[in-house]
Amino acid sequence: MITRRGLIGSLAAGAGGLLLSGCNRINANPGVRSLLQSAEGLTMRAQRIIADRSAPAREYGLADLSPVFRANGTRQPAGADYEAHRLAGFADWRLLVDGLVARPLSLSMAQIRSMPQRTQITRHDCVEGWSAIGQWTGVPLHRLLDAAGLRSNARYLIFHCADRYAQADYYESIDLIDAFHPQTILAWGLNRQLLPVGNGAPLRLRVERQLGYKHAKYVRRIEAVDSLASIGRGKGGYWEDYHDYAWYAGI
Amino acid sequence: MSDGEAGGQAPRGGDLVRRHRLSTRIWHWINALTIFVMLMSGLMIFNAHPRLYWGQYGANHDRAWLQIGSIGDRGIVQIGDTRFDSTGLLGLWKDRDGVVRRKAFPWWATIPSSYSLADARLWHFFFAWVLAIGAVAYAAIGLVNRHIQRDLLPRRGELHPRHIWHDVKAHARLRFPTGAAALRYNILQKLAYLAVIFGLIPLVILTGLTMSPGVNAAWPWLLDLFGGRQSARSIHFLCAAGFALFILVHLLMVLLAGPFNEVRSMVTGRYRLPKERAE
Repeated sequence: MITRRGLIGSLAAGAGGLLLSGCNRINANPGVRSLLQSAEGLTMRAQRIIADRSAPAREYGLADLSPVFRANGTRQPAGADYEAHRLAGFADWRLLVDGLVARPLSLSMAQIRSMPQRTQITRHDCVEGWSAIGQWTGVPLHRLLDAAGLRSNARYLIFHCADRYAQADYYESIDLIDAFHPQTILAWGLNRQLLPVGNGAPLRLRVERQLGYKHAKYVRRIEAVDSLASIGRGKGGYWEDYHDYAWYAGI
Repeated sequence: MSDGEAGGQAPRGGDLVRRHRLSTRIWHWINALTIFVMLMSGLMIFNAHPRLYWGQYGANHDRAWLQIGSIGDRGIVQIGDTRFDSTGLLGLWKDRDGVVRRKAFPWWATIPSSYSLADARLWHFFFAWVLAIGAVAYAAIGLVNRHIQRDLLPRRGELHPRHIWHDVKAHARLRFPTGAAALRYNILQKLAYLAVIFGLIPLVILTGLTMSPGVNAAWPWLLDLFGGRQSARSIHFLCAAGFALFILVHLLMVLLAGPFNEVRSMVTGRYRLPKERAE
């Protein structure tokens, strides 16, 4: 005879075993995944409410620098093209700014380095959990956008990169709130040296209020678009497209 | 099922009495699910970088105070300079198919069970909202209906060392309150619940937020409060250990105090008072 006590006991015992295989099935369920992913929008809106659009990331002093700034992700882009640029000291590297702009730009590294620059000591937070503090020097992104003349229907910037990561070309995207943030720069210097290859030479994005994977390295083209849908697989970045990382990487 | 509550009379051992409010019961069961999801997805997130540091920064080149990894065919937990062999449990273990894996926490302790930082983050940050909203709602409702003041805050005399020591001795001898005395939380229960509700839960939420670069921009004082993002990450992990310890003791006490009666009281709200001991 099944007693209530016995039933609860065997349910509890069975639950332990079922839980794990059940969990994996639940984890793979598309409805569950989209429910879980809905928290991203809530997180983004909550952060945008508590933080002013120009609220700065903390800046540190020289004494706070990490002794070694860890390089992660692609540390050496493959291919003869990048290798030739590296050997030439990126003398012929050009950054394109195009898409929904009035005046597309094609800038050499010399031109970029002669533009007004910003230097900031900030903390880089990897999605994996580690942090490193580095001193970045580069051109504020808004200066490039002002020079190119962003069209009124532009809503996002796509950063096309020179590296492939695993199965696809690396790319990332940010919205205009982050694009015009005073600490958002295209950095060409780290710790008073030219940017090392491992950290994204010759040019990388710093978007200080978000996690490391948003900080696109080896940037060669910035494209202004009105929607993320037609780029890559449509979720706004390599990690977003292939691994379901959050597009808004504020936490 | 007859209700043993006699009108007007003080409840006695053997009576079936009303013990937990609906709001308490709902919050309990939401938390029972939430805390397991948070702990297990948190362990998977830890697996992405199984090292803990103190201070503002910390990465592989920096000194970690806690590290879980493997050397050769051994799993290793290193605290400070001391290494412990944890082969089979932490750092190096076999998955369900018998394949050796070199991750910190094993498959049965994580969500999902095979390595995915992205999926663990989906679970963690969805249920973080459940935890935070639930905690705020519980505190607000509990203050308004006076559950917190009446049932959780210690009464006069309860914090006296002699009273606490008496309760410690009673717990050690597994002599739990009976009759009408079992209607109320004893002082050790009160202190444990208060420590979790007003200590661990706020601390785990705030240290979690301190790890967010977006929240850092809004509330930079969090970085000063905890001494840096990596310190906050360490404290967050220690909070998780605190929750695990609480759950262990909580479940043990439920088993010792009579699991059927205890679980029923948290499901239906009704609790049968233990009979007075014949002394």
